[in-house]
Amino acid sequence: MTARPTPGLVGAVVRSAYPILIGFALAYVMQTVVAVSIGDYYSKIFIDVGIAIVLGVSLGIVNGYAGQFSLGHAGFMAVGGYTAAAIVYYGSIKLFGTKAIYGGSLGPGELLLCAGCIAGGVMAALTGWLVGLPSLRLRGDYLAIVTLGFGEIIRVLIKQTDDVVLSQKQVEAADWWTLLDNLGGGFGFIGGPRYIDARNPFWVWLFVVIVCLVAYRLKYSNRGRQLLAVRENEIAAEAMGIRTTKAKVSAFMTSAFFAGIGGGLYAHELGNSLRPADLGFQKSIDIVIIVVLGGMGSISGAVIAAIAVTILPEVFRSFSEYRMIAYALALIIVMILRPQGLLGLKELWEVDWRAIGRGLVTAPGRFARWLPGLPGRLRSALREAIDRRQEDRS
Amino acid sequence: MTKFVQVFFQTLTLGSLYALIALGYTLVYGILRFINFAHSDVVTFGAWIAFTIAGVLGWAGTGSPVFAMPIVMIAAMAASAALGFTIERLAYRPLRKAPRLNVLITAIGVSLFLQNTGQLQAVFGKDPVKMPRLLSEEPLFRLAGVQVPLVDVALVLLAVALVIVLQWLVYRSKLGQAMRAVSWNDQIASLMGVPVDRVISITFVIGSALAAAGGVLYGLKYGQLNQTADALWVLLGLKAFVAAVVGGIGNVRGAVVGALLIATIEMFGAAYLSPQLADLYVFGVLILMLLLRPAGLLGSDTVEKV
Repeated sequence: MTARPTPGLVGAVVRSAYPILIGFALAYVMQTVVAVSIGDYYSKIFIDVGIAIVLGVSLGIVNGYAGQFSLGHAGFMAVGGYTAAAIVYYGSIKLFGTKAIYGGSLGPGELLLCAGCIAGGVMAALTGWLVGLPSLRLRGDYLAIVTLGFGEIIRVLIKQTDDVVLSQKQVEAADWWTLLDNLGGGFGFIGGPRYIDARNPFWVWLFVVIVCLVAYRLKYSNRGRQLLAVRENEIAAEAMGIRTTKAKVSAFMTSAFFAGIGGGLYAHELGNSLRPADLGFQKSIDIVIIVVLGGMGSISGAVIAAIAVTILPEVFRSFSEYRMIAYALALIIVMILRPQGLLGLKELWEVDWRAIGRGLVTAPGRFARWLPGLPGRLRSALREAIDRRQEDRS
Repeated sequence: MTKFVQVFFQTLTLGSLYALIALGYTLVYGILRFINFAHSDVVTFGAWIAFTIAGVLGWAGTGSPVFAMPIVMIAAMAASAALGFTIERLAYRPLRKAPRLNVLITAIGVSLFLQNTGQLQAVFGKDPVKMPRLLSEEPLFRLAGVQVPLVDVALVLLAVALVIVLQWLVYRSKLGQAMRAVSWNDQIASLMGVPVDRVISITFVIGSALAAAGGVLYGLKYGQLNQTADALWVLLGLKAFVAAVVGGIGNVRGAVVGALLIATIEMFGAAYLSPQLADLYVFGVLILMLLLRPAGLLGSDTVEKV
């Protein structure tokens, strides 16, 4: 790959700004055209999809690129969600004097929401730094357990906060320190304004575009290649002069930042509850499923998996108790047949579709080997089909 | 003083429970070098299978005969051992040569599968149930004003007995020699005539049987079984895993020492500091241990190769 010429100041500004502009344009279209035309039900599902994309792509940065398996993503989400909720709830009472939705589309209330989400992201990134530093001596399953433990610790700590959310009058009288301890405890932080609903998906889509673009640029940048090197072989990467510690910590922080933003969006979506119980291990697993199914290190894969994982349960609503069983089986089967996830490191447009077709033909045969009770005749028939296919190709 | 003795006995029983579960983690880790995430679900299944068997045999109420408990226990252990064998055969064996991350994700998948299958109405259902009283509730003896029920004594005795048997099995028997050979280097062990796959299967069977014993005793001690996907089971498994890591994973004695240590920290922390933060102390100990002595208390330092 040839090095691009370094852009000048103007070029750099334009190059940094245009993704945001694309994001604004897409979010605006989503808000004014799509949300109105597809109706509230589908629009609500689409918001869930958007939040799932933010969380999935952000987890992909640390799990996929850097290969550091983290099981505590919901913990970062909780940090971001609670930070954003506290800022928006108490902030809107202190600033606007009301806890209702304030200011209309893109009004001051929503700007507060945006600020809250970003502040939540920053808080989550700081937490990510805290988690990342001690975890760096660990790898693989140990890291998974420690991040899981950190997620649980965050949950336990939030549960300890005061569980009576103050009324408006009390908030006006209270000082900031009291408010910080007043996050709803085990019952959840309820009563905040819900800026994101079926008619108002703007911020979700803005952050979807931003997280995807950041992840994409990261992947194809020098730093992203460093992360991939760490993923493939940490010791070799170190020997090549990559500062693995720095790379891993920065991946952790970037991932946590967007998880925090995702948490902030989640906290303000109509119909979600911001309860410690909802942001536990199970939520982390949901996000991990998106990353693993989509491909460990593929942005478009994570997007597709996020869409599928959110929409399919809606379609098969009557089989909802089989949802997690299906996910679990999908995880196991994908790991056995396609260990790198559906798309692997590749993006959708980089995939060699003919190879996938061949893989689909050979897959049953590869799986059949491990099924102990499969009748011998069926097994040999499959093997023959595979051999014939390979002869055709040669 | 009474409080101290009470907490001490609770620590002892909880530590024995953790030890039973931690032994399964430590055995599998010792031989395959991966964390069997589904182990806590085998514990859960053991308890629920015991509940089902006790119901089928008509021991659902109080006043069950003396032989009820051993029969239920052995049946649950056998069923869980079969479950462990099946899991290893279908999910882990195809990945014997795969990177550890893939095995980890598969283990998570297996865990999710078991949790959610157990929740189905056709299997165990979603409602928590009362575990039948298979052991007499009369306190066996009193010490410094603390009543010690039979369940607690059974838990501790069984844990001690199983640890001694396992210790003998791993370090004195031929099977144990094969296990240690596989854990050291499975390819060379295979060249020396050790049936690697069979040894691994047996390890899973033993670990799962121990897990079922832990699950049954958990049910008898606390009297209630939550649905299989309940966070409580995950937490139970996690703490047992922490115990295995703190003691030095892959080490039988280490699992026991770690289990007692974790139980001490949890129970005394809950009793004398703050009951809500008990989980926090446990994970705090895990992180401290991983930072200060990653090999655990009784583990030996090994150099990780590329």
